[in-house]
Amino acid sequence: MHLSLVCRAKPVLHGYFRSSCSWRVRIAFALKGIEYDQVPVHLIKDGGQQHTEQYKTLNPMQQVPAVEIDGITLSQSLAVIQYIDETRPGPPLLPADPKKRAQVRMISDIIASGIQPLQNLHVIQKMGTEKVQWAQHFIDRGFQALEPLLKQTAGKYCVGDEISMADICLVPQVYNAERFKVDVEQYPTIKRLNETLLQIEAFRVSDPSCQPDTPEDLRA
Amino acid sequence: MATQDKPVLHGYFRSSCSWRVRIAFALKGIEYDQVPVHLIKDGGQQHTEQYKTLNPMQQVPAVEIDGITLSQSLAVIQYIDETRPGPPLLPADPKKRAQVRMISDIIASGIQPLQNLHVIQKMGTEKVQWAQHFIDRGFQALEPLLKQTAGKYCVGDEISMADICLVPQVYNAERFKVDVEQYPTIKRLNETLLQIEAFRVSDPSCQPDTPEDLRA
Repeated sequence: MHLSLVCRAKPVLHGYFRSSCSWRVRIAFALKGIEYDQVPVHLIKDGGQQHTEQYKTLNPMQQVPAVEIDGITLSQSLAVIQYIDETRPGPPLLPADPKKRAQVRMISDIIASGIQPLQNLHVIQKMGTEKVQWAQHFIDRGFQALEPLLKQTAGKYCVGDEISMADICLVPQVYNAERFKVDVEQYPTIKRLNETLLQIEAFRVSDPSCQPDTPEDLRA
Repeated sequence: MATQDKPVLHGYFRSSCSWRVRIAFALKGIEYDQVPVHLIKDGGQQHTEQYKTLNPMQQVPAVEIDGITLSQSLAVIQYIDETRPGPPLLPADPKKRAQVRMISDIIASGIQPLQNLHVIQKMGTEKVQWAQHFIDRGFQALEPLLKQTAGKYCVGDEISMADICLVPQVYNAERFKVDVEQYPTIKRLNETLLQIEAFRVSDPSCQPDTPEDLRA
């Protein structure tokens, strides 16, 4: 056995139990069957542990997740997910067909660029009393776009019948929608896909309710 | 192949996301048609029922290519890269690819969406401060990352999707009076890239819909 394999350290995920971006990475690791360590970063305590000098060296954007893997540190969940996909065996997280790949990336980016950044903690903290309305506005706008797109692309999952990065992005975003009291019933395709995906082991084990840093009162 | 239609880009001369796609087409030497979508006139042409069928997010760009319609500039760029010959827009090495995507996403998820038109319109008189805040925050993160990853370009010595994202974001920074001098690596990379033909031909100052008073 090669020494490099014996000494290869497990990936380390710096994240927060309820961060949708951290959850995406946890799902990807679970789908690929990759063991990893978690170092919790509490986004509220101590003024937000993502703002420490130490954490800033891992991710100068001062956000979670950051992942130490194969001797490098990566941030931005979709960059991490595609890196994992390109370097680890197991079910592919993007389809082989270029048009389907593009649809997976389009759906993922609608969520990861078009919705989540507008309702993440840093932005919400600037909104004060208007935060729920603000978050609902951007989630609804994004879901109003996703619903017709997913009607075209979805089979059993977001794009066709294979689980992909689009599904990985969808479930945590629906969780966020529910936290902000968005009525997901208005989006039947999103609702149906979410319910299907929540039955899958990789989505369940990575759920915010059962992470090392899940608070007792929120544990499943 | 003879009947293969040219791709059609629905965009706006000054939209940084549209510019990214124009750069990618130019780097690959792909001819394409442009259909301008004026983001202000008529209440914003991105809000018409017709445009909504192309992109239900009601944003630019949207690209009709190979019989499908795609939105989200980085999905378009990677599709072009995976289906067209020419210089690769992402490196072959997986770690470098990840760094290219990380840098691209810091811009495309971490900066631009917080200062795009729809959000800025909600900020009223505070819009410049708001935009500066998010651009500065993103550039403060990019500067140390680029110091590590950059060679001649954002990641090593080959032009990539990261460079494609950087130049239009610096243009936006300048529009909002962000002091880019504070970010010497970003400044240096931007100046290098602006010399490259693909970045010049796709510049907002020389598009079909560039207003006369803003033409180069």
